[in-house]
Amino acid sequence: MCLSIPAKVISIEGDMAKVSVGGAEYETSLQMVEDVKPGDYILMHTGFAIQKISEEEAIESLKTFEEFRELNENLDEEEKQTGERIV
Amino acid sequence: MKYIDEYRDKSLVQGLVKEIKKISVKEIKLMEVCGGHTLSIQKFGIPALLPPNIKLISGPGCPVCVSDRKFIDQAIAYGRLENVIITTYGDLIRVPGSTSSLNEEKASGRDIRIVYSTLDALKIAKENPGKKVVFLGIGFETTAPGTAAGIINAEKQNLNNFYVYSSHKIMPPAMGALIDEGVQLHGYIAPGHVSTITGSGIYDDIPKKYGLGCVISGFEPTDILQSIYMLVKQIENGEQKVEIQYKRVVRPEGNLIAQKMMADVFELRPDWWRGLGVLPASGLGISKKYEKFDAEKNLDVVVEPTKEDKGCICGEILKGLKSPKDCKLFGKGCSPSDPVGACMVSHEGACHAYYKYNR
Ligand code: SF4
Repeated sequence: MCLSIPAKVISIEGDMAKVSVGGAEYETSLQMVEDVKPGDYILMHTGFAIQKISEEEAIESLKTFEEFRELNENLDEEEKQTGERIV
Repeated sequence: MKYIDEYRDKSLVQGLVKEIKKISVKEIKLMEVCGGHTLSIQKFGIPALLPPNIKLISGPGCPVCVSDRKFIDQAIAYGRLENVIITTYGDLIRVPGSTSSLNEEKASGRDIRIVYSTLDALKIAKENPGKKVVFLGIGFETTAPGTAAGIINAEKQNLNNFYVYSSHKIMPPAMGALIDEGVQLHGYIAPGHVSTITGSGIYDDIPKKYGLGCVISGFEPTDILQSIYMLVKQIENGEQKVEIQYKRVVRPEGNLIAQKMMADVFELRPDWWRGLGVLPASGLGISKKYEKFDAEKNLDVVVEPTKEDKGCICGEILKGLKSPKDCKLFGKGCSPSDPVGACMVSHEGACHAYYKYNR
């Protein structure tokens, strides 16, 4: 029940929105969020949008993960060259 | 699918795992408070990825699991009244009460309906003016605003046949109570969706009072691993604080509209938690202003005496003292198709998650 899912807003009528989750469509209330437009992503929980998902923050966190991956690839490379296990 | 698949990328997961192994030295126990995290952690096999010095334990964040059996018994009693329709989230339907369950009541002809949202319950109330519609309000800060919105909308629509039986609870008192009871922990993986509503301020006391770090985490494997990384870093550096990993949805101030709705409709009261007993100011009762929607104030029922199951150790598991595998009944006499305790019913329950993914 605590699970909430990211959904994309398709259209808005009054304080209700049509949203899509991986192709399936649902109705959700926008009573708890402000400034939501079609195309935005929201987090949906028991029929209510409980927050707008921040695109910048999402990109930012994926970037951090990428950095970790790169760091590790370099580390792997170093391990291979020196023949020593660093981690 | 946007904002899901990206966070399940295998090579990102491996990168994070290595990073954790690189910096982690101390023997530590981290608690994932939220049942949603327990589910993800078991589903994605996270414990097997971690170095042996890091242990994850499940906490009290499954609302169905911590609720009193008396709640189910009382809901059943409402359902047995003439002209009452019970509306509930699907999670509750199979939870055993003392002698019955909502599912068994439904099979014997009571009008019990599963809804996805309080808005559906309101619709049922509108369509059935001759009946009383009782909505079973359960869940933490994530779910409580939906119930508050239901009550506020019922008032706006002048509905006089809609009632809420509230068992809503708030998370921070349980997180403090665990440590007070002597459960040994080194940090909290803090609930992501509770925090979406409340903001990060509700955890400020935990580093201050208990010297434990809290990282508010998302639910995908990379989110959880990054949160573990952040906690390990705090512990290794000796600086405990509240941090947000799940920044794409959690703002430090939370969702102010939802907070206002909750403050309007609910008031804090003492509440009983499985495993922890009665915790002061940890439950949400319906405020005086909206008392005409309060099932407890408006519908009289006699509730059968509560009977607890012998042998179920849900309470110990919710405190992080035991693991589902320590239960003699786990997989033998207790399974999702024939559950003994609430922890085996809810998808967020530790026993259910272990049964499904880690047996
Ligand atoms: S396995 Fe079943 S009986 Fe044992 S603690 Fe879990 S829910 Fe209770």
